[in-house]
Amino acid sequence: MSAPMGQPRLRLPQQIRTGEIIEIRTLISHIMETGQRRNAEGQIVPRDIIKSFVCRFDGQEVFSMELAPAIAANPYIAFPLKVEGPGTLELVWTNDAGEERRATAQLRPA
Amino acid sequence: MSRDRLSRRDGLALAAGLVGLSLLPRAAAAEMPAAARAALDRVLAGRAAEEGGITLRLPAIAENGNSVPMAVIVDSPMTAADHIRTIHVFADRNPTPEVALFRLTPAMGRAQVETRIRLGETQDVIAVAETSTGRLMIGRAEVKVTIGGCGG
Repeated sequence: MSAPMGQPRLRLPQQIRTGEIIEIRTLISHIMETGQRRNAEGQIVPRDIIKSFVCRFDGQEVFSMELAPAIAANPYIAFPLKVEGPGTLELVWTNDAGEERRATAQLRPA
Repeated sequence: MSRDRLSRRDGLALAAGLVGLSLLPRAAAAEMPAAARAALDRVLAGRAAEEGGITLRLPAIAENGNSVPMAVIVDSPMTAADHIRTIHVFADRNPTPEVALFRLTPAMGRAQVETRIRLGETQDVIAVAETSTGRLMIGRAEVKVTIGGCGG
């Protein structure tokens, strides 16, 4: 059984101007088990991490990340996006078992 | 702290002057553990990487290696014709040196990524950025770790 993936959190600016470069900040709760730790019985705890993150804008991939066990628990990922017009932001986190968490937001620059 | 950093940078600049800039990446990498060297070589694939153009924003001292804030910023116009395509990040003394691979596009407007990483001990964090024109850039930052973060 995989470690639980929490509800993703997404922080965006309150107001966006057309053409502005905004910062998208994300956080998802996850243990990020490295696969190197031993339990009380001395056995290796199997690796269980969020291994990928993808951001799409109107279906087009704009940014992605492959995560290794060296990413801290509860992965925080922040990156910029230049908002040229309105559209749908979609963020997808995937764990080692292939399970996904998804967050979406409408961007409406003024 | 800033005096340490300055003197280290001065030393690097001096070394660059003595041995020539193109030799520096290899000279600096000589003391790198074999696993990190191999991981870095897989990305470089025999190509030369220029020093500079990458800012690694990391604390000089991390009290807790379990969660170390890191920002990587690369000089790039981020246009369709010339942008950063990938940033590989390594921690040269972690049990697994690969930390992350970021894939960037011109839609971002700026070549900047931020996350939090685990560092098992005091070591160098190394970033390699590749542009859409095939140019490679390399940067590094040393982090002194008080309590290691690999759960070993």
